[in-house]
Parts: sequence; structure tokens; C-alpha cells
Amino acid sequence: MGLLDYKFESSNVFITSLENLLNWARLSSLFQMQFGLACCAIEMMAASASNFDIMRFGVIPRATPRQTDVMIVAGTVTLKMASRIKRLYDQMAEPRYVISMGSCSNCGGPYWEHGYHVLKGVDRVIPVDVYVPGCPPRPEALLEGIMKLQEKVRKESLSKKVQKV
Amino acid sequence: MLTEFGKILIFFILGAVFVAGGLIASWILRPNRPYPEKLRPYECGEEPVGNAWVRFNIRFYVIALIFLIFDVEVVFLFPWALVFRQLGLFAFVEMGVFLLILIVGFAYVWVKGDLDWDKPKPVIPQVNRPMKLVQQTPQEASV
Repeated sequence: MGLLDYKFESSNVFITSLENLLNWARLSSLFQMQFGLACCAIEMMAASASNFDIMRFGVIPRATPRQTDVMIVAGTVTLKMASRIKRLYDQMAEPRYVISMGSCSNCGGPYWEHGYHVLKGVDRVIPVDVYVPGCPPRPEALLEGIMKLQEKVRKESLSKKVQKV
Repeated sequence: MLTEFGKILIFFILGAVFVAGGLIASWILRPNRPYPEKLRPYECGEEPVGNAWVRFNIRFYVIALIFLIFDVEVVFLFPWALVFRQLGLFAFVEMGVFLLILIVGFAYVWVKGDLDWDKPKPVIPQVNRPMKLVQQTPQEASV
């Protein structure tokens, strides 16, 4: 355990101020894991490009899980890829978040019934914070997902009561 | 007052304080929940296999050496090219001599065949040989 992380029994004005500072720092620099799985990745690239400019939210692609905060699962998660995604998620440093982008990673999408090779939702292997619907979602939808995640990070707490696993 | 070395000492102290401050702040702030899967080496999501301390082919050594020579040459050539007009004929001749020495070395390496990447020649098994051995009588073998 770190020195501050989930160490406090109750909350007071110092702890909440520190929480606000930490949460602000975390939500303003949500580094993204740089990988895409299918056509949703094209929309993710469009969101990174100048027209939508996801970097103004502090979402910067990093090429290693050690430096990333958020994993955007953009595309079809095949059964072969699922174990890799689980391992990559395990290798990310905490605090870590997951955005499931598009129908395929939300629930299997068009492969939900006859896709013998597709995982029916990435939340079967890793915990998902934000689901972005669409097939594929437009870049605006991904931006909305990022903002939803930022709202979630803003509500995080250092005290033990609201501990997530 | 401070000597010039004293200023450098202050720079060293400030640098150490800055690095130590960053490390201590991250130690205070970060969550620390290690488990074996998280501490495993990152191999793009694949299972790590084997040792990272693998042997490289010795032929890369010659290539690296030759690359180093021409790397240094380029390092000298760029500032020379910038002030070439001011320095005049002397600098031109000097650089010509320098390049000539390197080119002689390059020609030597080329002639010696260090630039050729000799591939291993696999021994192709001869299929017919066992048949010959079978047809050989002991008398023939002794002769």
C-alpha cells in the first residue's frame, strides 16, 4: 500500500482538499494505452487527430502499460486477444481505468450470437468504467466517454469506505 | 563569497533535491498494490519467454565499428560545412585529407570482405550415398 492510498478511516477538510488535488491531477492527464483492435480504432484515431483533438483532455497515447492510466478497448475483442488484454490490464499501473468503446467490446456487437471467436463483452475479463455505445461510435461519443470518466475520477476518495476493487 | 566550484556544488545539491523530491512525492501519492502478474516484464501482452540476455552475432560488431567511423565523420562534416566559406582553402584541404584517410579505411574494409554478410552454408544431406554403401562389397571397401 502507498502512504495515502485508502489509509484514512474518515474524511476531513485536509483529506478532501488532497483528494480534490489528486483527482484533478489524475483526470487532467489520463494517458491512454496506444492500441486499437478493429474499426473503432479508426474512430479513436480520428478523435486523436486535429479536428476532435482528444489531447485537450490530457489523453496522450503511450506505448507501454507502465505509463498509462486508461485503456480504451476500441474494437472486437477476439478470444485470442482477450488473454492479452487481461495481461495488459494487469500490467498497467494503478490508478487504472477502462473505456469500452463500441458494441463489440460492450457486448459482442454483431457477433453476439454466432461469433464463435468473439468475447461477448470485454467486461468478462477486465472491469470496465465507461461504456461508449455505437458501431462504431463517432469521435464525439468517445470524447463524451472521456468526460464521463473524468466525472468518475473526480468523485474518487482516499478513505476506506468508498474503496473500489 | 562563492567560487565557481561552489556554484557547481549548489547546482549538484539542487539537482539531488529535485530528483529526491519527485521520488518522495510519488512514493507518498501513488497506490502500491503489486502482484506477480503486474510485475511481470512487458512483452506487448504476450507471455514472456526465455532470457533477455541473448547473444548477438559477432558480425554485428564489425558493422557497428564501421558505422561509428562514419558517424564521427558526419559529426565533423556538419560544422565544417557551416563555416566552410569563412575558413577558405586550408579547411577544404584539411577535410580532404581527413576524408581520404577514412576512405582508405573504407576501401580496406571493403576489400577484406567485412561488408559481405556471409550466410551459413548448410550441409545438404546426400540421399544417394547410403545406397552406394549398401552396394559396396567388403572386398571393394578394403581396396
